Amino acid sequence: MSNNTLPAGATTASSSSVALLTSSKMASTSTPPRGITRLDEAIAPGRTSSNPQSTGRNPQSGPMVLSARRLKKSYRKGRLEVPVLRGVDFDVRQGEFVAIVGQSGSGKSTLLHLLGTLDNPDAGEIHFEGNRIDNLPTRSRDVLRNKHFGMIFQFYHLLPELSMLENVLTPMMISHGVWHYLRNRRQLKARAAELLEMVGLSHRLTHKPRELSGGEMQRTAIARALMPQPKLLLADEPTGNLDQKTGAEILTILRRLNQEHGLTIVMVTHDLKIAAQADRTVRLSEGLVEKG
Amino acid sequence: MYKLLLAWRYLRTRYIALASIVSVTLGVGTLIVVNSVMAGFAREMHIRLHGILADIVLESHSMDGFADPLWHQNEIRQIVGDDLVGMTAAVHVPAMININVRGEWITRQVSLIGVDEQTYASVSDFREYLLHPENRKQLSFNLREGDGYAKTEHQLPPSGWGYRRLKARYEKEFEEQQRQLRAAQGLPQADDGLPPDPFQAAQSAAGDAATADPAAAGSAAGPPQDPFAAAAAANPSAAEQKFDPEKDQFTGIVLGIAIGSVRQRNSQGEVQDYFLCRPGDDVRVTFPSAGTPPKAVSDLFTVVDFYESKMSEYDSSFAFVPLRRLQEMRGMIDPLTGVDSVTTIQLRLREGANLNAIRDRLRQRFPPEEYPYRIQTWKDMQGPLLAAVQMETTLLNILLFLIIAVAGFGILATFFMIVVEKTKDIGVLKALGAPSGGVMSIFLSYGFSLGLVGSGVGMIGGLLFVANINSIAAGIEVLTGHEVFDPTVYYFQKIPTIVEPMTVIGVMIGATLIAVLASVLPALRAARLHPVEALRYE
Repeated sequence: MSNNTLPAGATTASSSSVALLTSSKMASTSTPPRGITRLDEAIAPGRTSSNPQSTGRNPQSGPMVLSARRLKKSYRKGRLEVPVLRGVDFDVRQGEFVAIVGQSGSGKSTLLHLLGTLDNPDAGEIHFEGNRIDNLPTRSRDVLRNKHFGMIFQFYHLLPELSMLENVLTPMMISHGVWHYLRNRRQLKARAAELLEMVGLSHRLTHKPRELSGGEMQRTAIARALMPQPKLLLADEPTGNLDQKTGAEILTILRRLNQEHGLTIVMVTHDLKIAAQADRTVRLSEGLVEKG
Repeated sequence: MYKLLLAWRYLRTRYIALASIVSVTLGVGTLIVVNSVMAGFAREMHIRLHGILADIVLESHSMDGFADPLWHQNEIRQIVGDDLVGMTAAVHVPAMININVRGEWITRQVSLIGVDEQTYASVSDFREYLLHPENRKQLSFNLREGDGYAKTEHQLPPSGWGYRRLKARYEKEFEEQQRQLRAAQGLPQADDGLPPDPFQAAQSAAGDAATADPAAAGSAAGPPQDPFAAAAAANPSAAEQKFDPEKDQFTGIVLGIAIGSVRQRNSQGEVQDYFLCRPGDDVRVTFPSAGTPPKAVSDLFTVVDFYESKMSEYDSSFAFVPLRRLQEMRGMIDPLTGVDSVTTIQLRLREGANLNAIRDRLRQRFPPEEYPYRIQTWKDMQGPLLAAVQMETTLLNILLFLIIAVAGFGILATFFMIVVEKTKDIGVLKALGAPSGGVMSIFLSYGFSLGLVGSGVGMIGGLLFVANINSIAAGIEVLTGHEVFDPTVYYFQKIPTIVEPMTVIGVMIGATLIAVLASVLPALRAARLHPVEALRYE
């Protein structure tokens, strides 16, 4: 369970910009604070960014964020029905970093899609903060994904026409109307720039995705996922397309987000070494959760 | 916001889509050019048609006409009231004109119109189409002195009195030489030989009785002389002595320019007018007399001017003579009462007057059951022609919009390609919470902006083309060696154009709408993509 084995200098994130994330979360109901110095002050109650243990984080006993019960999903291939999930139970508590592992075809990606409301289960229920979400109308699920779920993918999935900054801003462009967005664009841009700085890309704001390396693109994708201050980060093989060193950098960022800001993370991976970095590992096999 | 941003980025980065709207651009440009030229053409035609036609024409069915135009004019004045600007009576009669060209008699079939010098110009733009600048101010059937004829765009060969005197003198000398030649050869000085001067030999008694003093004939008031008596009194030999082509002219006639000239290309391919006769020459006019059975009446007239409305139909068929003289010659003046007859009464109305309403009121007063008249507005008379132009414009518009519709299918295909190419991006947007409607509107606004760009470029191109259409036509002529706009056909020196802003806007809206409609199907497809399948798409 120890994470001290990670290279400490692997991320360029500064402590002050990491602090931004926490404070923004706290201040999300009031006017979003601007400027790093003010943010540092805003952290004050109960937490110090340099000491994650003092946050009082207790992943094993926090409130339930996401829980799935008896999830079933199957795909049709012609007339043949292929079951992918055959009654999966899955719980994530506040502040947990859970890794879902399994072989190809074990249904781990499908589970993540179902948790992220990208797809509908054939049977079973999913609850988010106590509310059932798998049967919500499409529009409500769009809003849920936009506001509360951050997603990162194996192939980054940045929009090639947009610059890094614009890619990070995309969730805000989706949630805000044209006029609302244009009125707040300075604050939003400042926040996007700070997020990019946090993941170490402050010098890449206006670059297009094709001009960047895989690691840089994945870090941008993380910044994009964090932009709407999500309650849950869903990561689908975030290191699957990267070399070992870059993958480790990405994982460091995720760990930091989890430890220092209490961000709940569900990560799908087939790599057991990477899964070992998580608080808890759930192993899927042939559509079922393996015990032990 | 992301919709607009993405649509804008796609617009700037997808050149294949820009290529697909080239046909929209071309269609819009062509539509604007065609509409402008057709509108210009139609207006030019309206002006020309209306220029020679009065607003309302009261026309008798028979060539004998109807009696007492003065009474009619008074009646009409009471009915029409303040709307009346000008009114004139005229005689229309089919006629034959013989022109002597180097000993050959060339025959032209014309519509001879007897007009009142004072009032005819008040009902139409007739005067503006005359070549001599003085005649444009005040029509006169007298041949003019001086070089006024040369100051026209046609650069007539030397014309007018100077030319007539030279010609007469030369003919006299030639005649004298012939006489001496015959005397030297001992031949009899008889008239049965070759007539030296066709004009003098062909001259009729009725002709010079009146033409010796055309002004007097034109302005003769009250009961005219009995034409039979005049004819009897005029001794042919005496008349011959009296008429001197150096000093005298026959009754003046104004010919349509295409009657008196032939438009041809010379060896260099340039358009040139060859004049068969010119002001100062005499022509023979033959027309039927009034009454039954009609008899052919024939006389010499002196060409005093040409008439060019640039409507080839008119220019090749109209010849104008003084009304009074024509009435006398056709026997349209009652010898006992002195009451004359005319075949038409023409009205010009105030600008903006309701032509159809006034026509209907006139028809009420002169119902076709009782009076043998046809009362028509100028639009009624030229209805088929105007309708043909209108029809042509409509057809061209439909055809060109079909071209833009074809372009729409090109956009449709290109958009499907782009949607397929962008499947992953659509999946990402949906994963980030973009609603299906938002994804759809990305592609709709993309289609809209493409249509706007396409039709905008087309509009600019079309307007530039229209503005420089004559230089472009000249350029094409140089390149291909073919005349684009043949002045021998159209009588226009330039291609007329009118840009109507409403038409331009309508064309642009139509083209943009087609582009948007073409993007609806691909946009729907994009909106219906399942996010998981879109993300998994390779």
